[in-house]
Amino acid sequence: MAKQTASQTVGPYFAYCLTEAERYGGHSVASNRLVADATLGSRIQIEGRVFDGAGKPVPDAMIEIWQANAAGRYAHPEDTRGHAPLDHSFQGFGRAGTDAAGRYFFDTIKPGTVPGTGGSPQAPHVNVIVFARGMLVHAYTRLYFSDEQSANAADLLLNSVPESRRNTLVAERHESDGRVAYLFDIRLQGDGETVFFDV
Amino acid sequence: MSTPTKYKPRDWKVQPPYKHDAYASTKLRAPFKPLLRLKQTLSEVTGPVYGHDAVTPLDADLTVNARRNGEPLGERIVVYGRVLDEDGRAVRDSLVEVWQANAAGRYVHLIDQHDAPLDPNFTGAGRCMTDGEGRYRFVTVRPGEYPWRNHYNAWRPAHIHFSLFGPSIATRLVTQMFFPGDPLLPLDPIFNGAPDPDARQRLVARFSIEETRPEWALAYEFDIVLRGRSATPME
Repeated sequence: MAKQTASQTVGPYFAYCLTEAERYGGHSVASNRLVADATLGSRIQIEGRVFDGAGKPVPDAMIEIWQANAAGRYAHPEDTRGHAPLDHSFQGFGRAGTDAAGRYFFDTIKPGTVPGTGGSPQAPHVNVIVFARGMLVHAYTRLYFSDEQSANAADLLLNSVPESRRNTLVAERHESDGRVAYLFDIRLQGDGETVFFDV
Repeated sequence: MSTPTKYKPRDWKVQPPYKHDAYASTKLRAPFKPLLRLKQTLSEVTGPVYGHDAVTPLDADLTVNARRNGEPLGERIVVYGRVLDEDGRAVRDSLVEVWQANAAGRYVHLIDQHDAPLDPNFTGAGRCMTDGEGRYRFVTVRPGEYPWRNHYNAWRPAHIHFSLFGPSIATRLVTQMFFPGDPLLPLDPIFNGAPDPDARQRLVARFSIEETRPEWALAYEFDIVLRGRSATPME
């Protein structure tokens, strides 16, 4: 059996290839805008900051998100469910760098429900991957939605997380001028440390 | 619905820990708490799918894709290899992204202030799709070593950053390729973050006389192994 290739840090200098290539005269294959005009579903923004163990913003992190469409379907051959239609205007993958204040945001839609282990439904969620200088391996977490209380209460994974830490996975809904945003801060270490999973 | 694929876990004998004291930036960025266990669901065994239309042939030639008024400076090289999984299966039709410093050891990134020249004809960003046998190939220039502030007189060995997806977010990998014989390798806390000497050695490309093009460019071979499928089907 072949052995896995070891992970190495993304380093501080990825932007001109991965997140902001246009700014350097190139192009990226992903951005923080996942929606087009034709995308189905309710528009939301996911926004937050990344903090280190001293509570300081992390200005050189990269956040990737992967999510189902509004009908709960992943745009991937492994998802073969006929009753949850694909949305050809939604791929479900986004990528953002953090700014000097550690901020990131995504323009996306709220995902539908997807099946979990044993066929039980999972609460709507977004898969989140964190990369940064100083992280030799990326970290996986998940974003759940604060206005999905009953679905969250029944979610197997969320229930496997110690109750005192569950709130680190739940993004708080904010609405102003008709714009809906979910706040999802990521704390890499220490007080309020975000739950990361061994995916 | 058919039973979805499941992927083998990350091999923590091979994968670096979050906290690695010699690499100073890990001190405040390594999670303290152990990772929580997660049973893979459809959410983890799916991931972004890119087609061959996501790239152009130019994207894979870093000596051409950013030209403004001439050829980039430095030693032209070919970097090629295969992307495989732990069972030796080819990871086909999968996106590979690379980025690197120029021949003088300078990144075009705006925050890189190393006192070395930028090259107007080189950004150091490239991408390609693996073919039906998992093969990829880039043409670029050999990146320079550069100083960083991890410790006194710290220099990064020459390296090329690689980003790979494979079939799912579970197989996602960001790594770095190094060059054989680099005297900085034993001194580099990032390279040495990989705990196992064999795993470190696999991050070092092999010089390939077979693929070296006469009168044109040396070649380096770098194979990458992503997580394999688990034999146990998902519940």
